Amino acid sequence: MKTLRFQLEVLTCPSCINKIEGVLKKEDGVEDAKVLFNSSKVKVEYNEEKTSADKLAALIEQLGYPVLSQKAA
Amino acid sequence: MKSKNKNILTLISGGLLLAALLNYLAGAGSLALDVLLIIAAVVAGVPIAMKAFQAMRMKAFSIDLLVTIAVIGAMIIGEYTEAAVVTFLFLFGDYLEGRTLRKTRASLKSLMDIAPLEATVLRAGQRVTVPADEVELGDHVIVQPGGRIPVDGKVIAGHSLINEAAITGESFPVNKRKGDQVFSSTISDNGYLEIIAERVGDDTTFAKIIELVEEAQETKAKTQKFMERFAAYYTPGIIVLSVLVWLITQNVHLALTFLVIACPGALVISVPVSIVAGIGNGAKNGILIKGGDKMESLAKVNAVVFDKTGTLTKGKPSVTDIQAFGISKDELLRLAAEVEVASEHHLGKTIVKKAEEGGLDLLNKPTAVEIMKGHGLQAVLASENIYVGNKSGAEKLGIVLAPIMNDYLLQQQEKGYTAVLVTRNKKVIGIISIADRIREEAPSAIQALREQGIKHTVVLTGDNQTVAEKVARQLGIDRVFAELLPEDKVDKVRACKDSGIKLAMVGDGINDAPAIATADVGIAMGGTATDVTMQTADVILMSDKLDKLPYAIQLAKATIRNMKQNTYFALITVALLLAGVLTGNIYLASGMLIHEISVILVILNAVRLVRFPKSQFRFRPIIAWTKRKEAAPVGELAYPGCSA
Repeated sequence: MKTLRFQLEVLTCPSCINKIEGVLKKEDGVEDAKVLFNSSKVKVEYNEEKTSADKLAALIEQLGYPVLSQKAA
Repeated sequence: MKSKNKNILTLISGGLLLAALLNYLAGAGSLALDVLLIIAAVVAGVPIAMKAFQAMRMKAFSIDLLVTIAVIGAMIIGEYTEAAVVTFLFLFGDYLEGRTLRKTRASLKSLMDIAPLEATVLRAGQRVTVPADEVELGDHVIVQPGGRIPVDGKVIAGHSLINEAAITGESFPVNKRKGDQVFSSTISDNGYLEIIAERVGDDTTFAKIIELVEEAQETKAKTQKFMERFAAYYTPGIIVLSVLVWLITQNVHLALTFLVIACPGALVISVPVSIVAGIGNGAKNGILIKGGDKMESLAKVNAVVFDKTGTLTKGKPSVTDIQAFGISKDELLRLAAEVEVASEHHLGKTIVKKAEEGGLDLLNKPTAVEIMKGHGLQAVLASENIYVGNKSGAEKLGIVLAPIMNDYLLQQQEKGYTAVLVTRNKKVIGIISIADRIREEAPSAIQALREQGIKHTVVLTGDNQTVAEKVARQLGIDRVFAELLPEDKVDKVRACKDSGIKLAMVGDGINDAPAIATADVGIAMGGTATDVTMQTADVILMSDKLDKLPYAIQLAKATIRNMKQNTYFALITVALLLAGVLTGNIYLASGMLIHEISVILVILNAVRLVRFPKSQFRFRPIIAWTKRKEAAPVGELAYPGCSA
């Protein structure tokens, strides 16, 4: 199990929270996903055998939220 | 879409709109005008439609969808001006919101920006510069004068004045030398330091603070949860309503206008922006408030319960007097210290420290140590039974005090000292008096609390009644519950809570944790608060200064006030917009304009909290403090009985 923090561009609409969390949680291997709206971060707990950090980042970017950086927590 | 690209599109669409306006003023043909407007609407509309589409794929209702429908509708009925203006305003509003929102988050950002990036470590005798995250436990870290300390650790060489503002919010420098604990992100002002890394990366106190604040800002206020539920029904509700409007009035224009003004932007954002700004302000001033709901509770507090030792007093006791009966003072101190070596209690440590300072060798190791919670401890020392503790503990053991000893004991307590009995084989052999000082800022802090409308102030302590009452009198605290065991503190807090009082419990250590957890608002003091206390408390005063408490309550009140202003303002705006649409005074473009302005105003109002000034209420307590100082000089205070 690994935990990652993605830094996104400034989030302005609270509705993005549900969008990002919903999509990530549906992804195979993701145990938990939480959007820190006010710090514009996404915290993801995932199983590194089933998915990868790059894949998760790509997923978030597909939703229209560019990932600025990622950091293992 | 990158926000940079979106900004460019916004700019282009704005330019096109301007061109269309000039074209119109020049009275040129309507075809050219329409073409300009259509291009403007498409340029600005594309990013909105893209977001709407992405959200739809996730089955999420979004504001973008409403706007997209409205704009497409406007294009179909030939309202190109409206379509172009609405899309432009929506994007431009989004840009401004992003910018102003960043301001409400500025406090935390400025904290994070000071996190050290690099560290100089000594490896194999060589100085190497590594990223701060890559310093390892036990590494020998070097900090130059003016440098930022990259890890939590212990000073092994050098000394320096250190600015700990990053942790405590206090910029007054603290002197650190060999053996002292230093924290990541604090600045070494003038000296050279060598440190052994004890906590690195995300484990440092500073990293924990940032994480706590980030999580706190996500914890929703009750009002916020309500607003979100409201918005969830409101948005689809408006769609249904606009369809109804269209069916009934057959007025497409009116129906589309309804869609645009439906965006509950200001309403949804009104609460979180205030909370975020408030929490950020607190964090910058060394006050961690763990979430919007805690902020609400803190603003409602009307009673404050204090732990005495370490909270109202400095928690750094010292031995003031030793009275020995039938043995030498040194012998008495040595016996007591040999037993207290086994104790983790501050009081025990004070006695041990005194003995060590006196150059006494602690030879005998205590055996069969029994800690008598709330009383003291007894142990066997060189086959003699020694008890060190308070009077009630002695009585429990069936030890009788001679009248002369009892008189001395009372006399010490009258002075505000804690008197510790030492007995050998059930005979009193001496009394050690220990005193703790009241915190300098305590009287002014309590005065300030009173002026803020805190009706009840209470002291809870394990110390004896006389000593506790003396502290309470000096500070103007109205109720005293003394001689309590830790679990009694919890009962007292619960009893106060049941009587309908909203109370905050302020404590400094692990022994207060249960009471802190029980109170409506648990407040922990101390920048070096242990993890347990940090987790249990709702509010943490990092600087270990009581005067942060009135500030925290004031800030919470200001935040809640700000939040209410925002909510009422947003509600009134929505109502006015609806009325304006129904009476035919507001159309698509003007509706969008008012909507965006209201969102920006709500955010700007919250930005005021970021600048919430310290000076606003500081000066009055200072006056009160000087007055009080003349009336009642700060005396020496006693330390509670040796509870484990």
